Amino acid sequence: MPDRDTALGLTGRQRQRSPSGRESDASRPVTTIQPSRGWAALRVRELWEYRELFYFLMWRDIKVRYKQTALGAAWAVLQPFTTMVVFSVFFGSLAGVPSGGASYPVFFFSALVPWTFFATAVALGANSLVQYEELVSKVYFPRLIMPAAAVFACLLDLAIASVVLLGMLLVYGTTPSLAILTLPFFVALAAVTALAASLWLSGLNVLYRDVRYVIPFLVQLGLFLSPVAYASDLVPEPWRSLYQLNPMAGVIDGFRWALVDGPAPGPILAGATAVALGLLGGGIMYFRRIERSFADVI
Amino acid sequence: MTDNAIQVDGLGKQYRRGERQPYRTLREAIAGISLPLLRRGRHHARDGALGRSDDWFWALSDVSFELERGDALGIIGRNGAGKSTLLKILSRITEPTAGCAVIEGRVGSLLEVGTGFHSELTGRENVWLNGAVLGMTRAEIRRKFDEIVSFAGVESFIDTPVKRFSTGMRARLAFAVAAHLEPEVLIVDEVLAVGDAEFQKKCMGKMGDAARSGRTVLFVSHNMMAIESLCTRAIWLEEGRRMADGAPAEVTSRYLKTSFSALTERFWPQRDGAPGNDHVRMRHARVRPEGGQPDDPIYVTTPFTLEFEYWNMREGARLNLSLHVSNDLGVTVFNAVPMEERVWQGRPFPRGLFRDVCHIPGNLLNSGVHRVKLRVVEDSAHVVHRMEDVLMFEVRDASEERDGWYGAWQGAVRPRLRWETEQVDGFGAALRDG
Repeated sequence: MPDRDTALGLTGRQRQRSPSGRESDASRPVTTIQPSRGWAALRVRELWEYRELFYFLMWRDIKVRYKQTALGAAWAVLQPFTTMVVFSVFFGSLAGVPSGGASYPVFFFSALVPWTFFATAVALGANSLVQYEELVSKVYFPRLIMPAAAVFACLLDLAIASVVLLGMLLVYGTTPSLAILTLPFFVALAAVTALAASLWLSGLNVLYRDVRYVIPFLVQLGLFLSPVAYASDLVPEPWRSLYQLNPMAGVIDGFRWALVDGPAPGPILAGATAVALGLLGGGIMYFRRIERSFADVI
Repeated sequence: MTDNAIQVDGLGKQYRRGERQPYRTLREAIAGISLPLLRRGRHHARDGALGRSDDWFWALSDVSFELERGDALGIIGRNGAGKSTLLKILSRITEPTAGCAVIEGRVGSLLEVGTGFHSELTGRENVWLNGAVLGMTRAEIRRKFDEIVSFAGVESFIDTPVKRFSTGMRARLAFAVAAHLEPEVLIVDEVLAVGDAEFQKKCMGKMGDAARSGRTVLFVSHNMMAIESLCTRAIWLEEGRRMADGAPAEVTSRYLKTSFSALTERFWPQRDGAPGNDHVRMRHARVRPEGGQPDDPIYVTTPFTLEFEYWNMREGARLNLSLHVSNDLGVTVFNAVPMEERVWQGRPFPRGLFRDVCHIPGNLLNSGVHRVKLRVVEDSAHVVHRMEDVLMFEVRDASEERDGWYGAWQGAVRPRLRWETEQVDGFGAALRDG
């Protein structure tokens, strides 16, 4: 053993514990680092310990987004709003898509608000790891936080767009029923679905860099596989049940039912919820499994 | 309870060799699955998508050590020796392939200052964000915020987006956040690579403070002086393996000896096979500190000698040696001839063995690798024998000379010059005259 004290003249002092009892020795965490095999545990406690970082990343996403766009928060409204105008003109007035009696602007906007949330959240969530790769390659924290923060940051946009949606309902003289109280459930379902998709896609995006080109296409496809531009009862019955297992179909139908009018959600909603939770569970497991190689390949 | 802060046992990490882009494309992956199916060869699966199994190599292999609380460990080695891989494993950024490590206490790693800085955000916002990224709690950041800002000296810009900061301001702010991180184990990679002299000095000062206040520090650097003066212990990694472990000065000098092919002594026992011709034959060449051995280190302050023994093959030749000493930039630092030699210069040499010793004072050469070119000249005019790189040696930096600054010292020579400063007059007098 070399004489380590003479080299630097750091005699004695170096053995001292931290002064002034800043942190008690009992709280010293012990970390064991070793190769993990197979499916990793969820490590919920660790996620909880990193909640402040989650909060900061979410806050960063919101700040940066509103600072970078000239329109700021108005962007959150403008995007679904213009789409609504286009849909009302083409799918509504020109194509005459049945809206079940509701006026086209409300019919489309009530679907576009949750759909825009989903599409934006998935696009940002799926790119969250690649976009901030230096965070992945230079610091440790549970990577799950990054796509999760990106998805949850989009809830603010959803809230802003929802206020405009409520204003529109007033303008069109639609009074929402008590069903509006179920809205938080549909928001939660949308968030779960977006998070699940983000976990799958963000992980794949790190491993296979061309996934990022596939994402816009997938989102586009999802738009037509969900009842945004039409009502879900347009789908004939043997297929409708299968169709309604799409969680976003459940969310959009739910929004329409709660705010405007439309068929009340049936038991199939439980199936859609199960699908969303299943996707989320699988997404978390998959993410956890490949997470350990992120820093090596990103 | 043991006092070990870190216990590393047989740690290893395997990577794929020669991957320009480590990530694959989905297309390759799909091709990798389908091609072998077409070829019906299970063994081709690895060829196609995953690479041959012998493409894998150990970036780090079977590394073990223990650190006590308050130790400062310096990690040295060439590029690609596994230093950064070791730090990345210990800071949990990447997982080991084998072995395990147990770390007691909160780990803070500075693999790059300013990680997570976002140029759209203001200085204030970045302090919060970066602090959180480095693992500080909100309460901690709030408590240290003012201190961080004044340490960085960017008070008046704190609400300006970081994209309008100068590089220096950005680096100072980033370092200020990092410096206020107070983990029990601090992992630092090559902070000295960036920033100006003052910034480096601050970095080193903070690291020294951390080590002295009982924190455990792991420090990767190519700067041997920094390692020697800041660390209590050093390990040297070579191709992922631990080559040496011990006192920093010992480990660094062993490392430096192999880091270039030093030629500090050469001996040719057989006259007939020795370099030369029918004018002269070489017998011995060496460089050594005055009174020391050719293997001993030469510091910038050390006087040393260049010594040559050679056979004069022709009766009556008037010989002299001419030495060119050049540095690692290829600049000839000086050319020396035996002008001051009074006994043999200008006289005819009889046949036989001669020895020339050239004395080089301390505080002349700058640090770095130096090469010696030898010319044997007859009648001060004809070169009768020449040897390129007859000797190669390294002049090492002496840390006591540096006064806390660890950057490169410019210039081919590093003399200590006489210097005077005096006050010529008071301020009032100067004003009156001017």
